[in-house]
Amino acid sequence: MSVVHVDQVTKRFGRLTALQEIDLSIEEGEFISLIGPSGCGKSTLLRVMGDLTDTTEGKVIVNGKPARQARIDRDYGIVFQDATLYDWRTVSKNISLPLELARWDRKRRAARVQEMLELVELDGFQDNYPWQLSGGMQQRVSIARALSFDPALLLMDEPFGALDEMTRERLNMELLRIWEHSGSTVVFVTHSIAEAVFLSTRVVVMSPRPGRISSVVQIDLPQPRTAATREEPRFFELVTEVREALHRGADEPGRERTEATA
Amino acid sequence: MSAIAVERPGERRAQTVLRATGRVALFFVVLAALWALWEGYRALWIHEGWTRPFVVDSSTMPHVHDIFRALWRHSSSGTGGRLITQLLKAAAFTAKEAAVGFALGASVGFVLGVLLSQSRILQRGLLPYVVASQTVPILAVAPIVVVYLGTLHVAAWFSVAVIAAYLTFFPVAINTLRGMHSADRRALELMRSYAASRWEVIWKLRVPSALPYIFAALKVSATASVVGAIIGELPSSIQDGLGGKIIVFNQYYSLDPTQLWATNLIAALLGIAFFLVILLAEKIVVRRAPENLV
Repeated sequence: MSVVHVDQVTKRFGRLTALQEIDLSIEEGEFISLIGPSGCGKSTLLRVMGDLTDTTEGKVIVNGKPARQARIDRDYGIVFQDATLYDWRTVSKNISLPLELARWDRKRRAARVQEMLELVELDGFQDNYPWQLSGGMQQRVSIARALSFDPALLLMDEPFGALDEMTRERLNMELLRIWEHSGSTVVFVTHSIAEAVFLSTRVVVMSPRPGRISSVVQIDLPQPRTAATREEPRFFELVTEVREALHRGADEPGRERTEATA
Repeated sequence: MSAIAVERPGERRAQTVLRATGRVALFFVVLAALWALWEGYRALWIHEGWTRPFVVDSSTMPHVHDIFRALWRHSSSGTGGRLITQLLKAAAFTAKEAAVGFALGASVGFVLGVLLSQSRILQRGLLPYVVASQTVPILAVAPIVVVYLGTLHVAAWFSVAVIAAYLTFFPVAINTLRGMHSADRRALELMRSYAASRWEVIWKLRVPSALPYIFAALKVSATASVVGAIIGELPSSIQDGLGGKIIVFNQYYSLDPTQLWATNLIAALLGIAFFLVILLAEKIVVRRAPENLV
């Protein structure tokens, strides 16, 4: 059974069509990247999956139920570009916030927070406040918080977009390790072709005006990915393939729309 | 990696001590400068015989040291004891009224702010009246409150506390309302993704986000509640507080102006003490990145 099923979803903001008749199925354990130029609706698609915004037409099924019900059942964790940590809470209190809301008792919370701190390698920083940490560390806290309640689906909106290249590559490796460990399904929005190819099992290429899926590239690089993966010829071939798909999408505006309306 | 991110605690403590010493030094420098300015102005105007903007003599501008000396003298109002003991007793009485009024006003203001933030209709409907309440002169409201609460057999000092609360609640309500809307949009979406209830969003996100705003208001309100208590004592003919002392020493002003000045000094110190308590509470309660602290 697919974890996410997007069925003919259209989203309009006034006269602007952000998403046009999107179809997408995501299977359990997949790592999907949404990539495309600004305004292609990739963040909107993510937000629709997470019921942070509703659809104009079509429906989104998460874990076999409407996205709204999935949100209420706490089926997904979310990570934004800004870590969005609560300044008045320590690292461990930030991680345990969703657990408090899910009514976990204190003992269970403490145990899980410790587990999460180890997972994102921040053991020893639990009593620090967010503003005492670097940007990369803050984002790791944010990931720990999103994973703390074992959501089936992890939604990430350009989580490493504000970080420098070095930190970004290191966090890419960590994210893959966490993904293998947790076994959750990930939907990842990014601007970076290399990042998308390195992380994903499938890359969904989107194009703007109106936002639509222009192609899907299967990433057949072997698992687990390592630093050496970035230097394999196949990696470069796939990067080229995604880049060309992006350009094709940009060169033929409205192609899918014409097909859809015809 | 970790060394870059977190300051070493020893270094930080040394910096804090240095900064505190600097602040105390600055405080005394400014105090000395103000004193010098007062005495300098006084000496110059008297020496030159200038009469504008007003005639300077011992009744319009007594020596600063005379004001302090008056504190140790036995008072001319005849109730006995040194002026300072009388004034401290009066200040303690007024402080009680102000503190109760402040607590009352701050609580009402906070609850009102939270309530208004949760309903646009309530906000549109009630906010004009909240604003209007502050355009009514407190001197007109005070006797009404005193008489009304008097018929209910409420202690007179409590009526004064209610008047102080009347001045206190407004800034707290307005700033709480503003602060409740200041929560980060992404942080609100996170709460939505955790399926948090309205109450949980209020208590775990909106109120903590509003705290810096609330404390800004509390600082204004803390001093306003002291002023409110003093003003409230006037129409309620309470003699035990600083307001009563001001009335009495006002009558003695032409004979001995230093007593009124000394009373003003104590009243100001009471206001500052209230302010400092709130400042301390803020330091303990509000956890923010240092550069965000206002």
